[in-house]
Amino acid sequence: MLDQFLEALNTSALRTVALGAAGLGLVAGAVGAFAVLRRQSLQGDMVSHAALPGVAAAVLFGFRAPVALIVGGAVAGWVAMLLVNGIARRSRVPFDAALGGMLAVFFGLGLVLMTYIQHHVPGASQQPLERYLFGQAALLRDPDLNLIACIGAAALVVLAAFWKELKVLSFDPDYAASLGLPVRTLDLLLTTLTVVAVVIGLKAVGVVLMTALLIAPAAAARQWTDRLGRVVLLSAGFGALAGAAGTMFGHLASEFLGGHKAVPTGPTIVLCATALVGFSLVFGTARGFVWQLRVFRKPAPEV
Amino acid sequence: MGEVMLVLVVVAAACAVPGCFLVLRRMALVSDAISHVLLLGIVLAYFAVRDVDSPWLLAGAAVTGVVTVALVEALQRTGRVKADAAIGLVFPALFALGVLLATVYARNIHLDIDQVLLGKPEYAANVRWHAGGVAVKPLYVMAAALGLNLVLAAAFFKELKLTTFDPGLAAALGFRPGVVHYGLMTVVSVTAVAAFDAVGPVLVVGFFVVPAATAFLLTDRLSVMLALAVLVGAAGAVAGTGLAFWLKASTAGTVAAALGVLFGLVFVFAPNRGLVAQAARRRRQRRAFHETMLAIHLFQHEHTTAEADEAAFAGLHHHLGWTAEQVAVVVGRAEWNGLVTRAGELLKLTDAGRTRARDVFGERGA
Repeated sequence: MLDQFLEALNTSALRTVALGAAGLGLVAGAVGAFAVLRRQSLQGDMVSHAALPGVAAAVLFGFRAPVALIVGGAVAGWVAMLLVNGIARRSRVPFDAALGGMLAVFFGLGLVLMTYIQHHVPGASQQPLERYLFGQAALLRDPDLNLIACIGAAALVVLAAFWKELKVLSFDPDYAASLGLPVRTLDLLLTTLTVVAVVIGLKAVGVVLMTALLIAPAAAARQWTDRLGRVVLLSAGFGALAGAAGTMFGHLASEFLGGHKAVPTGPTIVLCATALVGFSLVFGTARGFVWQLRVFRKPAPEV
Repeated sequence: MGEVMLVLVVVAAACAVPGCFLVLRRMALVSDAISHVLLLGIVLAYFAVRDVDSPWLLAGAAVTGVVTVALVEALQRTGRVKADAAIGLVFPALFALGVLLATVYARNIHLDIDQVLLGKPEYAANVRWHAGGVAVKPLYVMAAALGLNLVLAAAFFKELKLTTFDPGLAAALGFRPGVVHYGLMTVVSVTAVAAFDAVGPVLVVGFFVVPAATAFLLTDRLSVMLALAVLVGAAGAVAGTGLAFWLKASTAGTVAAALGVLFGLVFVFAPNRGLVAQAARRRRQRRAFHETMLAIHLFQHEHTTAEADEAAFAGLHHHLGWTAEQVAVVVGRAEWNGLVTRAGELLKLTDAGRTRARDVFGERGA
């Protein structure tokens, strides 16, 4: 049995795919740390759903290259985020309602385009688009991998370049404004990074679950340390681990449990990330339950 | 098409009622979490009863929805995870489990996962369950949910209103906000279950939130807001279904998009609160401000030696720091509104203009 397992894991295709998933987990983890700290973790949920019409529109206009789909998704996600911010600022509709409503409206629009393509664009099988709902890492090819690497590296470079500004913004936006930092521009920068991290993960994790890859690694990392630099590094590491492990579990599930139908990788990646959160909540050395028990048990200093 | 449209009208109306309270209580995203987790509830209930047509699946799903809310709140109470992150951790995990179990184990129960998750109002119009020999259509379940929501909203209107707008006062008066909260969560969960076949777990948040948010921009009265939300939901369902048949596109998706368009129209054109009304109000205020500035300037220098210089039309742009064109426009409007009159080169305040200036100074101007 073990031999079978190892054999199933020992394919170069799987290694490619796991590498890709690890890469996007890394980027999502690093960017997600800021989203979680700023209490905007559900932004990613909205952005990933809202990317669907962009991806579908790219297909509708005849673009099939991975980069076109990513750009389409990013534009749609970005526009949706701007609309949500506009609605929250210019009306009394609360931010969370604007976020939830926009999520459903854009996702609905995406479904309309997808089904329209299915009926009206000859030769456009809906299959690749449906993969975007729950993710199928097995469909990652070398061009996808290169894209994840290039775009992800660019996002990380931007994060590093504006490290100090983003740090101040995350912990004390009012102080950042008083220092004369362009708060709204930086806000937009973080939103853009979130959009980028989300859209490169869509193919492997899918629009419905991509949000978890932004939130879970960051929430897990937060239990181990109080320093921003370490949170971001750990979060990126957890994200990469969840991506790689989730892809392998997905592959194993397809081989041994799924019969002839491929098991989507989005759910397995998300469950791995959630397991990391559970482990960290219990054993985390900054805020974990066990650690805190130990701190409380320490004998009081003698007076 | 008729029956599909009816299904969606009922779903939209049923969701709009609790949706109003979700929007007002800033809990819109809780409905998103609940609806996603229903899938896991359905799958688990299926493992228990082994019958895909059993009404127990619905009960199982509804319970899971409420359990999810409790789980999110428990995670928040540990203080280790913030409120938004708690939602974002719990529902993707449970949803992922649901999708995984459904794809791996529920292969042979005709559960087409993509269709289930995207909603198929066409299915909802068919007979689905058999309860005690009676054929039950999902449409009947939804109609029951709509009726239940309307009755509950009417029966507990006072409690809901008070706990929504002032939970502190409600608690002080003995209204138990916690009980009302979990009651509302149960209603949301049951409604999401009823809507599950028609719109799926992803889109349903739009049916809860968008009509309510639209109505919120149109009125300040809770009762009117509830009625308007139901109307907006129904209108979106009718328009969306029609459009979907014409485009041959996903019906539930088109209705969600149509609801978004309705919100957009109200957001731009709503009386008082729309973007157009806001812009018009700002323009009116800017004009009034400029005219008042002019009146104050003239008032300050009225009957002084400098009046010949300060009140001369040609020098105003210099004294007020405006451009010459601006001066011409403002003076023209002030004249039209009867605040000033032209006496050759000089501008003279009318009584109305003097009153306007005095009003600004209050006591000191008198």
